[in-house]
Amino acid sequence: MTLSLAGRARAGDFILQVELAAEAGETVAVLGPNGAGKTTLLRALCGLLPLETGRVELDGRVLDDPARRMFVPTEARSIGVVFQDLLLFSTLDVADNVAFGLRASRVRRAEARSQAVAWLDRVGLADRAGADVRDLSGGESQRVALSRALAPGPRALLLDEPLAALDVEVRGTVRRELRDHLAIHAGPCVLITHDPLDAAVLADRVVVLEGGRITATGALADLVARPRTAWAAELGGTNLLPAQARGSTLALNDGGAIIAAEPPGNGPVLVAIRPAAVALHRTRPEGSPRNVWEGTVAAVEGFGERVRVRVEGQVPLVAEVTTAAVADLGLVVGERIWISLKATEVSAYPA
Amino acid sequence: MSRPRGPTATALAAVGGLALALLVVIPVLALITRAPWSSAADILGEPANRTALRLSVQVSLWALVLSVALGFPIAWVLARVPFPGRRVVRALITLPMVVPPVVGGVALLVAFGRRGLVGQWLNRWFDIQLAYTTTAAVLAATFVSLPFFVVTVEAALRGVDRRYEDAARTLGASPGTVLRRVTLPSIRGALAAGSALAWARALGEFGATITFAGSFAGRTQTMPLAINKALDTDVRDAILLSLVLLGVSVTVLASLRDRWLGAA
Repeated sequence: MTLSLAGRARAGDFILQVELAAEAGETVAVLGPNGAGKTTLLRALCGLLPLETGRVELDGRVLDDPARRMFVPTEARSIGVVFQDLLLFSTLDVADNVAFGLRASRVRRAEARSQAVAWLDRVGLADRAGADVRDLSGGESQRVALSRALAPGPRALLLDEPLAALDVEVRGTVRRELRDHLAIHAGPCVLITHDPLDAAVLADRVVVLEGGRITATGALADLVARPRTAWAAELGGTNLLPAQARGSTLALNDGGAIIAAEPPGNGPVLVAIRPAAVALHRTRPEGSPRNVWEGTVAAVEGFGERVRVRVEGQVPLVAEVTTAAVADLGLVVGERIWISLKATEVSAYPA
Repeated sequence: MSRPRGPTATALAAVGGLALALLVVIPVLALITRAPWSSAADILGEPANRTALRLSVQVSLWALVLSVALGFPIAWVLARVPFPGRRVVRALITLPMVVPPVVGGVALLVAFGRRGLVGQWLNRWFDIQLAYTTTAAVLAATFVSLPFFVVTVEAALRGVDRRYEDAARTLGASPGTVLRRVTLPSIRGALAAGSALAWARALGEFGATITFAGSFAGRTQTMPLAINKALDTDVRDAILLSLVLLGVSVTVLASLRDRWLGAA
C-alpha cells in the first residue's frame, strides 16, 4: 500500500514539481517554510487540485494522470484529511461530524452514529458525542477531526499542519496524543508541517519542500546534521557555509577558509558547524585549534541556559555558549572577539 | 456606558422618529381605530372575502415554491459559475425589483397573453391560455418575488467558506451530498430570509397581477385585489381585509425572525 505523487501542479503562478511516496504504516513529514507549496501538494494528493503533468497513485490505483485523461475525484479517492483549521461542521454535533463520512458512503444513520461513538471512545471523547463542536477545546477538536477523517476507513491519511491551530501550551500534549492515535491508521500518512518538532515526534521520514521543489529527504537527524539549504540549517540552528574543498582546506565562497580534519574530496561542498562547537575567547587562543579568527559580536540571544552569539567577520558564525560564559567574556554587541573551532568539528559534504 | 448625544444625533433621531410616526405608526393606528370591529365577524365570514384570503394563501405559497425551485439554481450559478456576462444576468434578475409591477404585468401579458409573443403558440399548439387564470396570478407573483430569494441566497452562497465543502468531499461526500449536508445547512438563515421576503412580496402583489391575471373573484382576485375592489363599495370591508393581510404578514415574518434570523 503506497501513496505516491510524481509530477507538476500549478496554483496561480506557483508551480509545484515533486516526487513523493509514502508506504503503508509510514508517516512522511513534508517540512517546509510558508509558501513552499505544502498546501498545493496536499490538494494535489487528495484531488482538490488536478496535476498538470505526472501521476498520483494509491495502492497501485491511478488517481490522477492527465496524459491518460484519468482523474479520480476527491470523494472517490479514499484519502482522509485533517485540515489545518480542522473544519468541523458546526451545524452537526460531535458524533455526527465523525459519522459524516460513513453517512456519505450510505451507512445507515443509527449504525453510523454508533460507529462514530466507538471512534470517539477510542480517542477518549465518548462523553462528548452530543456536544456542539464549538464548545470543544482545541485538543478535543483535533481528536474529533482525526476521528472524522479515520472513521470512513481511508486508505491514506493527510495531516495539514495538525497542531498549528492549537495554543502553544497544549501543543506538546496534543502532539503526543496524536502520535498514539495515528497508530490506529495502517495506511500511508503524509504530514504537512513547518515545525521540525512535529516531524521529529510524528514522522518516520522527512521530505524538505522549498519553493515548490524537494530540497532534501531522509531522517530528520541527518537533515539537521547535514543541511542542504539555509532554511534546513536554520531548523537545527546549524551554521551552513558553501565552500570549495581542496584537500583539507575549505575555501569559503564568501571569503576566508576553514580546515577540516576529514577532507571531503575536492570540489564544491557544504560546511556544517554546530554552534556548540564554536568557542569564543577574549584574547587570541593558544594551542591546537587550527581554525582561529577575529570578529565582532553582532547579536546575543538567550535560549534558557544557553546563549547564541552571532559573530560577524571574515568567517561569520553563530556560537552557542552558557550564560556564565557570556558574563565571563563580557559579551556585548560591537565587541571584538576571537573564535576558535576544532578541525574535527567541521562537517563537510559534497554540495 | 452611552456617550452624550450631540446635536447631530438628536436631529437625526428626530427626523427618524417623525418618519416612523408618519409612515408607519399613524397609518397602522388609523387602520386599527377605523376598523369596523363590531361587524368584523360578519365581514370575515362573507364567502367572497374568505375565498380571497384562501386564494391569496394559495397563490403566494405557489409563488414561493416556484421562487425557491427556480431561484436556487439561479443563485447557485450566479455565485459559483464564472461566465461572461454574469454581471448582466445578475442585473436582469433584479430587474423585477425595480420595474413598476404594472409594467411587469403588461410585459407578461404581451409575452404569455392569448395573442402574446409566446402565448399565441401556447394557445395554438397546446390550447393553453394563461392570461386571466390562477396560473397567471401565480406567475405574476413569482415574477416579482423571485429576485428577493435569488439576491438573498446568492449573497449567502458567495459568503460560504468553500473549505468545509472540500473537507466533506475528502470524507467521500458526492457533490449532491455536499450541497445537502454542508452548503445548505450553512446558509439556512439566508434560505429562510429569502423565502420570507419572497413570500411576503408575493402576498402583497397587486400591479402585475391585476394587469396579467385580472380581478376575477375566486380565480385571480387575491386579497390585495379584493381590498382594491372593496374600496369602491364599502371602505370598512377594505380596512378590515387590510388588517387581516397586515396581521398575517407580521405574524409570519415575526415568527421566522425569532426562529431563523436571530433577534437583531
